[in-house]
Amino acid sequence: MMRLDPIAAPSPARTLGLPALAILATIALAAGLAAIAGANPLETFGLIVKGAVGSRFATLETLNRATPLIFTGLAVAVAFRARLWNIGAEAQLYAGALMTVVIGTQLGLPGPLAIPLMALGAIVAGALVLLGPVLLKTRLGVDEVVTTLLLNFIMALFISYLLEGPLKDPMGMGWPKSPALPRDARLPRIVEGLRLHWGFALALICAAGVWVMQTRTTLGYEIRAVGQNPQAARFAGIPVGRVLVKTALISGGLAALAGFSEVAGLKGNLTSDLSPDFGYTGIIVAMLALLHPLGVVVSALFVAGIFVGADSMSRAAEVPTYIADILLAAALLFMVLAILLTRYRVVRG
Amino acid sequence: MTDQDTAQGETVLRLSGITKRFGALTANDAISFSLAKGDVVALLGENGAGKTTLMNILFGHYTADEGMVEVFGQALPPGQPGAALAAGVGMVHQHFTLADNMTVLENVLLGTGSLWSPGLGKPAARRKLQALAQDFGLLVDPDARVAELSVGERQRVEILKALYRDARILILDEPTAVLTPQEADALFLTLRKMVEQGLSVIFISHKLHEVMAISSRVLVLRHGKLVGETATKATDRHQLATLMVGAEIEAPAPAEARPGAVLMRLDGVSTAPQGNRPGLKAVDLELKAGQILGLAGVSGNGQGALADLISGLEAPASGRLEIAGHPVTGWSPRSALLSGIGRIPEDRHRTGTVADFSLTENAVLESYRDAPIARAGWMDWAAARRATEAIITKYDVRCPGPEARIRLLSGGNMQKLILGRVLEAAPRIILANQPVRGLDIGAVTYVQEQLIAARDAGAAVLLISEDLDEILTLSDVIRVISGGRLSPEFARGEKTPAELGQWMAGQGFDHAA
Repeated sequence: MMRLDPIAAPSPARTLGLPALAILATIALAAGLAAIAGANPLETFGLIVKGAVGSRFATLETLNRATPLIFTGLAVAVAFRARLWNIGAEAQLYAGALMTVVIGTQLGLPGPLAIPLMALGAIVAGALVLLGPVLLKTRLGVDEVVTTLLLNFIMALFISYLLEGPLKDPMGMGWPKSPALPRDARLPRIVEGLRLHWGFALALICAAGVWVMQTRTTLGYEIRAVGQNPQAARFAGIPVGRVLVKTALISGGLAALAGFSEVAGLKGNLTSDLSPDFGYTGIIVAMLALLHPLGVVVSALFVAGIFVGADSMSRAAEVPTYIADILLAAALLFMVLAILLTRYRVVRG
Repeated sequence: MTDQDTAQGETVLRLSGITKRFGALTANDAISFSLAKGDVVALLGENGAGKTTLMNILFGHYTADEGMVEVFGQALPPGQPGAALAAGVGMVHQHFTLADNMTVLENVLLGTGSLWSPGLGKPAARRKLQALAQDFGLLVDPDARVAELSVGERQRVEILKALYRDARILILDEPTAVLTPQEADALFLTLRKMVEQGLSVIFISHKLHEVMAISSRVLVLRHGKLVGETATKATDRHQLATLMVGAEIEAPAPAEARPGAVLMRLDGVSTAPQGNRPGLKAVDLELKAGQILGLAGVSGNGQGALADLISGLEAPASGRLEIAGHPVTGWSPRSALLSGIGRIPEDRHRTGTVADFSLTENAVLESYRDAPIARAGWMDWAAARRATEAIITKYDVRCPGPEARIRLLSGGNMQKLILGRVLEAAPRIILANQPVRGLDIGAVTYVQEQLIAARDAGAAVLLISEDLDEILTLSDVIRVISGGRLSPEFARGEKTPAELGQWMAGQGFDHAA
């Protein structure tokens, strides 16, 4: 029989060594798979790195791909800190994208007015999407994992319906897509001529903001207390239910900004494939960052780099792009295991 | 049985040079002792002295770094929990391991045979169980469901479980912690019968008077070392206490109380039961300034409901709760705090602190949103750290520093931080729920002195404890809780422990009122 014994004060060798070991294990696994696919592992990794950051174009592509992941990663990190298991960043992202398109295309506002209003509308929409599951949790004890997860599918079908019906672009040649935002309602590029929009800057600002919120404000303190020990938090007079609702509003709003930034910064319209699972990948991003908001930026860049790099690698070598998914899944599993083993030791008997 | 022909006094259990280290901590340091047939050995020691580690090694839950365990002359293979059981060693844990929804007989049989033969062998098992119950005075209905049994009866089932497996050596871990004095006496009677039948008993305790009453030999552990081994006849309580802590200690002797105004009044308050936990039934209670009211009672008789009510976790279902003459409205933990109630919770690990928070973050749990700790939603961590450092100094909290995680602290130091957090808010009413449970004697004395000092400064103190000795030591007035009802108020010294024990067992409530 095997048991887990908690370690009161893990040594630095454990806290630093095990995550490093997790990364090495991930690389070793991927190298094995590349070899099975008939490619030279070292060459494969070289191509992934080159594809991710090997040129100005590649780097900008990685930054663009990281932008929505920073938002969804932050959304998950904020919620998970309070042990609010928001699996529905995907739905909140689409709610934000939808609101962005509706405000941007239906109200006919001038750009300088439309852009902040679109962002604000997106935040409100995303927050409202998460509010329902959280109220069900705090009032009735309904498990939010189930409700937030299922809302993803409801939202996907709702978006499909809108894109086939009321929101369908009349000029879209029959494709299920929304009308495009007017030029002046798009997020400008950070540097003219480079394909990187202000959504990326907004993501960095949000990460810094979340970090300040968590470490410097009473709300951040409340969120951490509720997440670590709701019983002690309640006893100490922290309004646990209200803290969870506030957490949900922040989390949903952040996820919705991913939708806003993709529509207003990159795509210009809403389609049902706007997000290739940015919401779910946000969970991986947040976990790899150990829920630290600044770590989310780093891990989002890492994850985006692997995706972008693997795309380019698969064009050059004969290794399927699925290796990116395997790399991320393995990285997550090894990292979770490493976290477990820093805090517990396996004892036989 | 195989050991019937062994002579009286023969060694049945021998531990030789048991050493166990956890990192830098040596939990057991070359401990050797032996247990003879018919012996009752009391294992005495403060929390953290290494008693539990030693028993876990004996039972194969831990593997000793050095040394070995022999039962009836056979060395036990290390690290195999089944080996001790098979060799005839039984253990009754402090927290029972019974299946509530099964009968006594089923619980006893659980794990003894195949699960696929229900009913098979039951008549024989029933006869064996009844014979054991008769022999040892462990009367309990074999067909009663465990959920319906009292705590004392459940303990009897635990003992029967061990005896049914032919245990010849029985280890009891703090067996009287959950019993009334009368139930404890019945347990001692059972233990004497076991000794007459040639069984051997290891009795783990920190209650000196019990050790004196029941044991034939005493072993004292301190900081993992065996510091004393003596025949019970040749020692006394004072000497044992000194051995246990390694220094002379004195129990606090509070001066006469000077009770003042009523600060909190409960008027016919009832609360709803929660699961197995009884609610309060039309409770009247007055807490006066400058007085410690001790609430005695057997665990699970409504103490939890009363503590939750006063902590603000629960509102009265009916009746009135008044603080300083004003009925409360919108009762919550926050409003309890704002009404000047300081709360020392029963479970300092789960309710009193956030384990992964630093000392600083724990010290401000109840004051984090008020100046000077926070202004307009922004935390002032420098101010929080200063407040924590003040508590650490004033209440002698031994810790690596204010930024250390509180989970690293011993129970006593954790409790001192909670005490500091509560007392620094200058509460007028103090709820102390089991404030010294699990603490070592040094910390016990410190916490009790602080409560007395708070009383002398004019606070009304409600002391809830399942330890009657503690109630008798500290209380100015005593009430007993049983089944969610409160006895009348008794003055200090008005009732003997035996009389209070009768109230604890629920007698007397019908004539009172």
